[in-house]
Amino acid sequence: MESGALGKTYEPGEVIVRQGEVGDCMFVIQSGRVEVVHTGDGREVQLAIRGEGDFFGEMSVFEREVRMATVRALDPVRVLTVDKKNLLKRFREDPSLAFRIVENMSHRIRELSERVASAGTTE
Amino acid sequence: MARRAGLEISLDIFERRDFSTVGPGGCNMCGGIISESLVQTLATEGINLPPTVVERGIDSYVLHMDEGSVHIETPLHEKRIGSVHRGAGPRGLREKKWGSFDGHLLDLAVGNGANLIRGRVDEIVLSDGKPTLGVKGGEASSYDLLTVATGVNTSTLKIIENLGIPYRSPKTTATYISEYYIGNDLVEKTLGSSMHVFLLAMDRVEFAAIIPKGDFISVCILGHGIDDKVFHSFLGHPSVRTCFPEGWAPPPDHCHCAPRMNVRGAVQPYGDRIVFIGDAGASRLYKDGIGAAYRTAKAAANTAVFEGISSAAFKKHYAPACRRLEFDNSIGKAVFLVTKELQRRGFERRAVLTMTAKEQLKASGRRMSTVLWDTFTGSSSYREIFIRSLHPFFLGTLFRELAAALVSRADGWTVPSPKKSPPAEVSQ
Ligand SMILES: Cc1cc2nc3c(=O)[nH]c(=O)nc-3n(C[C@H](O)[C@H](O)[C@H](O)COP(=O)(O)OP(=O)(O)OC[C@H]3O[C@@H](n4cnc5c(N)ncnc54)[C@H](O)[C@@H]3O)c2cc1C
Repeated sequence: MESGALGKTYEPGEVIVRQGEVGDCMFVIQSGRVEVVHTGDGREVQLAIRGEGDFFGEMSVFEREVRMATVRALDPVRVLTVDKKNLLKRFREDPSLAFRIVENMSHRIRELSERVASAGTTE
Repeated sequence: MARRAGLEISLDIFERRDFSTVGPGGCNMCGGIISESLVQTLATEGINLPPTVVERGIDSYVLHMDEGSVHIETPLHEKRIGSVHRGAGPRGLREKKWGSFDGHLLDLAVGNGANLIRGRVDEIVLSDGKPTLGVKGGEASSYDLLTVATGVNTSTLKIIENLGIPYRSPKTTATYISEYYIGNDLVEKTLGSSMHVFLLAMDRVEFAAIIPKGDFISVCILGHGIDDKVFHSFLGHPSVRTCFPEGWAPPPDHCHCAPRMNVRGAVQPYGDRIVFIGDAGASRLYKDGIGAAYRTAKAAANTAVFEGISSAAFKKHYAPACRRLEFDNSIGKAVFLVTKELQRRGFERRAVLTMTAKEQLKASGRRMSTVLWDTFTGSSSYREIFIRSLHPFFLGTLFRELAAALVSRADGWTVPSPKKSPPAEVSQ
């Protein structure tokens, strides 16, 4: 069955995306899990864990900033790369394709806002 | 999309095939390559193709010409092209290991609320302007919108042409597909994760491909008037033989078919309350037909959800998508004319192979490789390929290689590459 596995496989601990690098693609997880970590002041903070069907690195499709976090494999993970160029061409032809990404980003903003709010209440 | 737009719709899908059936009854007759761009677009939509459906992930191409072969790798060394069987598998399948691609998509549609009606639509009428459909032995139902996604291998389009609407079905050409069981291990050893494409100096053959797929090898030939004779002379060609185990001969009983392929889009693929998508409307010339079906389907759905279902709405918002495909195909025809020209003369073939092989040794500047990759994979439009091939650096290198090939001797010439196509050293 593995002959039909699409994407690229990473071993646990392997870095898929490195904070500070310039990105020109986003990734869709086909199987396994990854962790998203941010390093600042020499401290590493885990921001999220993402699993099958989730995407990451989508900010680089919309911005020209460097990657704001590192993404590492937690399990043996299979990830499909989606090129920014291909995606932007498709968005131009079919803007509704961006709905799911926007929906996902909005969901993540909501999640973060809730976390900030609950951190405020616990202080 | 309708759900996101807050639109309540109910969708009936009529399908005559049962995709769990092995052999022609459950198959939509195609090479089964899911292009790099479609794999990415589907993943963005949330449709990931699992290894229970994709029979082989493809990460490279081997281009075969009469003079030799060259291996073209994906820029990312990632498997982003999938080979699938549209049905449960060809006649002669020994063990069901993978599921049908069409069946998988149909299940997803049903899982999202569509209602599947099994049966062949054999009655289509317009009553009070509304399309009314009936399947054999069933009751006819009337609909607000009829989306025709029948492909071109059906007589249903004739029924629709007789409805008194301006629609005229696409121009098609005959093709040929054969499926040979050789077992997964031998497929791995002979073809690996590469699709093999052939630009040979053979009459009537425009383009041919050999595709590794689970336990099978699929052979597809596209061109004009492909018949048994052309097919068998193709199979006997020395470069084609390298893709099969040594001593292999086509078994007398194997799954094969001669489906028709869209080579020019339909006339007015829309009307009031009716729209034609996929092959029945417009497609891409010789590549990524499934991707084109997806794109026309999305364009029609966007129009219906956001603009309406009148002929005027489809004309304004859907027809441009079909025209874009058709315009690109006209450039594609020119690209294939040039390709055909390159197939004709030995020194030209040697120049193309040399240029590609030299590029494969470098990490960047792979212009010919990219042009060939995009031509075969459907990753870019023909327009982009054409523009890229006008780059002075591309033309300069090509002319240099052409001049070198013209003055060099043809006998004893080999492709200057350390990475040739995997040798077929395995015997059955
Ligand atoms: C030799 C060959 C090789 C090809 N290789 C590739 C390839 O590798 N990759 C690629 O992307 N494209 C390829 N194509 C093109 C691809 O097959 C088509 O572009 C694609 O299948 C079009 O999809 P569609 O949904 O429009 O039609 P189809 O795939 O033909 O599907 C039409 C569906 O409608 C159903 N139907 C028809 N009439 C009725 C009726 N009256 N009632 C109920 N149901 C009905 C059929 O059962 C079928 O399921 C190839 C084509 C050929 C001929």
